[in-house]
Amino acid sequence: MASSIRVRATSNGDITEVQTLIQHPMDTGLVKNPAGELIPAHYIQQLKFECNGKDVFVADWGTAVSKDPYVKFSFKGAKKGDELKISWTDNKGASDTTTAKIA
Amino acid sequence: MQTRLSLLLGSLSAALVAFALTSPRVVAADKVDPVADAKAFRNYFFQKFPDVKHEDFVNGPYSMNADMKRQWQEKEEFPPYEFALDAGKEMFATPFKNGKTYADCFPNGGIGVRQNYPYFDEKEGKVVTLELALNRCREANGEQPYSYVKDEMASLTAYMAFTSRGKPMDVRIPDDPRALAAFENGKRYFYTRRGQLNFSCASCHVQSPGERIRAEILAPALGILNAMPIYRSEWSGMGTISRRFVTCNSQTRAVPLEPQSDEYRDVEYFLSYVANGLPISGPGARP
Repeated sequence: MASSIRVRATSNGDITEVQTLIQHPMDTGLVKNPAGELIPAHYIQQLKFECNGKDVFVADWGTAVSKDPYVKFSFKGAKKGDELKISWTDNKGASDTTTAKIA
Repeated sequence: MQTRLSLLLGSLSAALVAFALTSPRVVAADKVDPVADAKAFRNYFFQKFPDVKHEDFVNGPYSMNADMKRQWQEKEEFPPYEFALDAGKEMFATPFKNGKTYADCFPNGGIGVRQNYPYFDEKEGKVVTLELALNRCREANGEQPYSYVKDEMASLTAYMAFTSRGKPMDVRIPDDPRALAAFENGKRYFYTRRGQLNFSCASCHVQSPGERIRAEILAPALGILNAMPIYRSEWSGMGTISRRFVTCNSQTRAVPLEPQSDEYRDVEYFLSYVANGLPISGPGARP
């Protein structure tokens, strides 16, 4: 099974632009399935980006984020070839992590 | 009401003239001429949108609106169908329980052949689509068929389309009266009004491409299947050609047919044939 996280990090001088797509149902707990039963809440609670041992982006999420979230941000202080570590944990205790080299 | 009707009739008659169609009541007496039909169909769009590059029509609404196109190009750097594509690649390579694979069912191992579908099967006398061929392949190897609408089927067709990207659509109509009848039947389905709103497929995709329908921009019918399967933001997921036909029917408040019913396959045959020569761009993304 491939990772649930897709990353593309590109360095542009001092600024690194990061794009991420995460495969996750992000169920709110308010939606019913075809049988009329509530689909239990299942959402990412924390998404974290680390670079050179420092957190560069931390998001504490609730149910208001849509399915398969897409995140794009930039940060300073990294260079080409540095490693970026991305991880998420959800309310059911599941988690995934991946690394990407800054191109 | 009177003016609206005459307007509708006016635009309809213009479209009819453009397509050199005759009244459906005498269809049986007509000679079916797919070559002329396809030429008229393409020329209609080329003349209606002289600024759109021919190969750009396969990008649907994005060929019609510069602003949407910019957003899409940005999105294509990180396409939303990537998960499905990867899953499809994995599924395609995974052998069935009997050790055979999808590659054994298709010419050239299934790689780069999407542009030849749907084809007319002369033994069976029917149109065979890629989705149908995939499920037949599964059943022939003792596996359960997949739903025609999304998920696995969309992933598999996404992968097969991806391996054929850029190849021109190449659908043949053999010299067989049944094949001509299938083409004609697909054309008839495409131009027939139905449902509570009394829309035909052509009402939107021939008469009004580029126009807004609520917040959406309508796609041109020319090359509309070349980008299939698609990730639709509206569905927040992937959908196959079957899914597109079913939702089109229900959106015009008509009763959808069963996926892969004869009429749908014939429509697919008609729409693919008239798009011959335009590149495969699937899997695609749509708003």
